[in-house]
Amino acid sequence: MIFSMNIGFFGNFSSVLQVTLALVFAPLLFGVINKTKAFFGGRKGFPLLQTYFDLAKLVRKGAVYSKTTSWVFRAGPVVSLAVVLMALFFVPMGGSRSVVAFEGDFLFLAYCLGVMRFFIVIAALDTGSSFEGMGASREVQFSALAEPALLIALAALAKNAGSLSLAVTYSGINFSSWLGSGIVLGLISAAIFIVLLTENARIPVDDPNTHLELTMIHEVMVLDHSGPDFAAILYGSVLKLWVFGSLFVGILLPVKSASPVLNTLVFMTGMFGLAVLIGVIESVMARMRLTYVPRFLLGATAFAVIALILVLR
Amino acid sequence: MVSVNEGLLVGLVLTNLFYLATGRLGTYVKLFIVQTLLVSFFGLVVNQGYLSTRVIILSVIGLVIKAFVFPALLTKSIRTAKLKREIQPLVGFGTSLFIGILMFGLSSWLGSRMPMPVEASSRLVVPVVFFTVFTGLFLIISRSKAITEVISYLVLENGIYLFGISFVKEAPMLAELGVLLDVTVAIFVMGIVIRHLRTEFESLDVNKLSTLKDWGV
Repeated sequence: MIFSMNIGFFGNFSSVLQVTLALVFAPLLFGVINKTKAFFGGRKGFPLLQTYFDLAKLVRKGAVYSKTTSWVFRAGPVVSLAVVLMALFFVPMGGSRSVVAFEGDFLFLAYCLGVMRFFIVIAALDTGSSFEGMGASREVQFSALAEPALLIALAALAKNAGSLSLAVTYSGINFSSWLGSGIVLGLISAAIFIVLLTENARIPVDDPNTHLELTMIHEVMVLDHSGPDFAAILYGSVLKLWVFGSLFVGILLPVKSASPVLNTLVFMTGMFGLAVLIGVIESVMARMRLTYVPRFLLGATAFAVIALILVLR
Repeated sequence: MVSVNEGLLVGLVLTNLFYLATGRLGTYVKLFIVQTLLVSFFGLVVNQGYLSTRVIILSVIGLVIKAFVFPALLTKSIRTAKLKREIQPLVGFGTSLFIGILMFGLSSWLGSRMPMPVEASSRLVVPVVFFTVFTGLFLIISRSKAITEVISYLVLENGIYLFGISFVKEAPMLAELGVLLDVTVAIFVMGIVIRHLRTEFESLDVNKLSTLKDWGV
């Protein structure tokens, strides 16, 4: 791994603050999504801080392990949380640079998320339940299609900025780059948004609320985890949403003012705006038939490829 | 600057990909209207400084025939044929979309390799023309319903028309040939309606239609 000199290994104080904000506010995203859905459904919905309550409850509980499982099952939640925490350090958030950056770190980010998924999947397979195996198979199938879309979109972004580092790529985007290459940025953000919905198991790809056998993809894999393990999975998934959200909001709302407070405020507004958007999508759309999902993801890849071709021209 | 015509061209690319991914005949018709509007608008934008009566008449004829007359005819034939969607395409929708992405790559490569005698308004024009033509051709060979084939032919024709309208200053002949192609398609559509009637009722006598209400019950 070669750390480029001009980028610098560590970002400044503001980037570290951004990571802290992510760790604190990420569970709130689920609350906002659920409040939005409750609003559309004419319900009151559960409290905004419900995810925090859930996490606090789960951490206090004990875990139950089936006798058929091995250490793999116990390692799954821990490793996946650790890896997504690591990914958080590579994402530029709130107008500041990422904490750690080097040339080619967008590949590292993508594979951090890949490792996270891998460990959740093998933990699911380790239970020996055919039901969880089915969920794992679906998860892997859709991720295999979502990954090229994400990588090509990030590659197009990198080519547009002329740097292979996310920190440089994102610091290069501002409102005037929307005037210059708005089409490319629009296509890239569309691709990233579709990947975001897929990777975070949201409608129209997966229904996060369902516990019905035929419809589940992501939820089914984590059924056997309990207590602190499940807390790690839950916290990992909100952080993953935060990571993807930052990639999306970083393109859409590239505020680069001199005041870090203003940047952070705009970024936070963007993130919770995104949560509202996801909530609206979940309220007005039905889940897609499973056979349509690959087409949906190929559509995302198509957006990314068009963006890349436009950039390469 | 983001130019309007590049936006329109990217819109065309997206409609082409949408054609490949969908199987609903109603969506095909809607997509065709959108695509035609994009192409016609592109024609006006690209010839901004050169809006002679000729260009305007060509655009208006193209627009009226393709965005109003054809969709109406097609919707009617879809309703007569009682079809809703392309059920068994020879190439699946996902595969088609994937091939579409490859075709766009190929078109971009071809576009970069092909020197034009006159500089096009945008470097995207030639790739998009190729891509639209390829999409049309691919749809013709990979879909099995006659109505889809008419629409595929129209997509192909939209590509040719796009090429003509982009170079209408230099080669007005091309654009007029494009309009002529439209007329050919009109005949196609009518032919299909007639063929459907014949296979369904074994006759083309319109008078017999009134007595066929209880036929086949």
